[in-house]
Amino acid sequence: MNNNLVDVFSSFDGKEEELIPILQKVQNALGFLSDDSMEEIARFARVPMSKVFGVATFYAQFRFTPKGEKHIMLCRGTACHVKGAPRIQEEIENHLGIKEGETSKDLKHSMENVACIGACSLAPCILVNETVEANLTPQKVEKLFSSKGKNK
Amino acid sequence: MDINKLIKEASAEWTDLLNGPVPAFLVGNATCGRSAGAGNIIEKLKSEISAGSHECRVLEVGCIGMCFMEPIVSVYRPGYPLIVYGNVEEKDVAKMTEAFLEKGEIINYNIIGVVGPNEQLDKPDLFNIPVMEPQKRLVLNNCGLIDPTNLNHYIANKGYIGLQKALQLSSQDVIERLKESGLRGRGGAGFPTWRKWQFCKDQDNDTKYLICNADEGDPGAFMNRSLLEGDPHSLIEGMVIAGHAIGASSGYIYCRAEYPLALERLRLAILQAEQKNLLGNDIMGMGINFKLKVKEGAGAFVCGEETALIASIEGERGMPRPRPPFPAISGLWENPTIINNVETLVSAARILQNEPGWFSKYGTKESKGTKTFALVGKIKNTGLIEVPMGTTLREIIYDIGGGVDNGKKLKAVQTGGPSGGCVPASMIDIPVDYESLAEAGTIMGSGGLVVMDEDNCMVDVAKFFIDFAHKESCGECAPCRLGTKQMLAILEDIVAGKGTMEDLDLLEDLGKGIMKGSLCGLGQTAPNPVLTTLRYFKDEYIEHIQNKRCPAKVCRDLKYYEILKDKCTGCHICFKACSVAAISGNPKELHKIDQDLCIKCGMCLDKCPTKFNAIEVYPGNKVMED
Repeated sequence: MNNNLVDVFSSFDGKEEELIPILQKVQNALGFLSDDSMEEIARFARVPMSKVFGVATFYAQFRFTPKGEKHIMLCRGTACHVKGAPRIQEEIENHLGIKEGETSKDLKHSMENVACIGACSLAPCILVNETVEANLTPQKVEKLFSSKGKNK
Repeated sequence: MDINKLIKEASAEWTDLLNGPVPAFLVGNATCGRSAGAGNIIEKLKSEISAGSHECRVLEVGCIGMCFMEPIVSVYRPGYPLIVYGNVEEKDVAKMTEAFLEKGEIINYNIIGVVGPNEQLDKPDLFNIPVMEPQKRLVLNNCGLIDPTNLNHYIANKGYIGLQKALQLSSQDVIERLKESGLRGRGGAGFPTWRKWQFCKDQDNDTKYLICNADEGDPGAFMNRSLLEGDPHSLIEGMVIAGHAIGASSGYIYCRAEYPLALERLRLAILQAEQKNLLGNDIMGMGINFKLKVKEGAGAFVCGEETALIASIEGERGMPRPRPPFPAISGLWENPTIINNVETLVSAARILQNEPGWFSKYGTKESKGTKTFALVGKIKNTGLIEVPMGTTLREIIYDIGGGVDNGKKLKAVQTGGPSGGCVPASMIDIPVDYESLAEAGTIMGSGGLVVMDEDNCMVDVAKFFIDFAHKESCGECAPCRLGTKQMLAILEDIVAGKGTMEDLDLLEDLGKGIMKGSLCGLGQTAPNPVLTTLRYFKDEYIEHIQNKRCPAKVCRDLKYYEILKDKCTGCHICFKACSVAAISGNPKELHKIDQDLCIKCGMCLDKCPTKFNAIEVYPGNKVMED
């Protein structure tokens, strides 16, 4: 078994109610939930694989493909929407050549829609890894993601 | 540890901060402050201070609510009130440290206001400036003014005194205090808090649970985030009080994983409270036990619904369960369980901290106290506000919010998130209380308040919300799972110019059916944004359907772009920017857009230099008008 998984499991008792926290910690450790890791989780928590998969696919937080080096979370909150988020998303997709929900082949970028990130007063905004990029305009997006941009 | 000893220590530390010889900088470093660059300011402050020869403290505080002024830095200096500065930039930091520490002067620009006795400075009191004056901060009183990682700051500001009082009362007497206060649930529907607690207290069961719903999933709302980041101990105090009232000895805080800072602050606060015996076994030596755990939500809007949230804590898919039995009778692991919103529990702590009658003197007959709102969208002063119930939307938007941004016309106000509705500009004199909002077809919700102007298309907004509800529907009830999908398909037709007038009746029928046929609050309210926009903005729908025009120029298929003959200089910038080669023209000659090729992405409009402004967008479709 992957050493990361051994580490994660050591802080749990393997109870069914711990399933979501276990999935969260495994995802933190591996970056995503691979099929293998979910099988190990099922064994550890003594639940059917279908249950692990069922729970994992229910929640938006869990992903089944690797993240890019720069992981972009597009806020799809109301404040962002009324202040032009769809246009911002389109711009980013144009610059990076990937669509929402995809990871680039070189694993440099990945992008997903998330429910409100809670920075509504700075709308429209996105999260690039841990950093909030706020009050975006198509011009700012160009600065961030064009070939010379800091997030390219 | 003896609480009175704690209070004594805390007061000494707080007095020293306010009046002691060492000056202090307070930097608003909640998520919004951080996004605006507070982190760099803190670093710069620290390096300036360590380079100088004067002792000085730098404290990270929560959000004071004025997000449009971030980053905000406040200064305590012996003999002066707290001076609050807004829009502070990194380059101001050196000037500030030099003036305050080296020269003993005050910097006079960018002052928002001052807090405390203020004879020598001719500056307005922070709470009397136009943004603050209509507000009453009963719940947010500590946010932005105390260090959320310092328990002593909280205790020195009445913290845990409410708990001390509550533990001296019987559980029934605590519930009576809540009843007298008139507090109603702040998470949405407004059920009287005392009654919910009473149900649970009356259950004869050894194990009971208290859950705080901090899974603030409403897009466009961040009240709970700010409260948790800026004043986490308030929630803990409120939860122990509630636990005592209902007879629960363990509690969960179910908080979104998308709020990393709030989670960090909560975990630290729990640890601090445990160390000081404010949480755990035999709290304050009064024989009451209460343990608290944090559960991270995993991103499902439906988990804001009580029974879905319970399923999620149990490790299941967050799917709602039929009620009855209500959670107060049979909830988490089939034990009596109370679920309250963050603001409800913090309000409970404040009610116990103060005298009877204090809370209920604010608000209206049926809706007591105050309500926090995230005031966002097309508004000048975005931020977090707290107003007495009964304040009108007009006061909130114009007096506090400073009106619509960029001089545009107000079109609608959206409250209650995906479960709420849009109130048209003509109705903004309605008071904000549970009953008045319900009458207008919307709900109080947890407190998102999104302002929309003439550039927002209400059909598009309706589509946005139904798309959200459709994606977040857990799939359990067919009317919600399939009905929202069908409503979305109809709206997509309408914005594409393929709608029919019959579609409008169909939308209404479907909406009503979904509300009747769904098990939980998500489905029962999901059609609200569509139904309210149909009620108040039917003209806009009809314009889309009959004239194939989007009056707000939002819907892509119902607008077109054109280059203005008298303004185009042939700079060729739009030509290069167009990704589908729909623009023709030689440099220094008039350019033209081929409407058949144009995908209406708006790139040319963005790129056209503002000194020319040669591209205009019109509602409708050029080919059809010709």
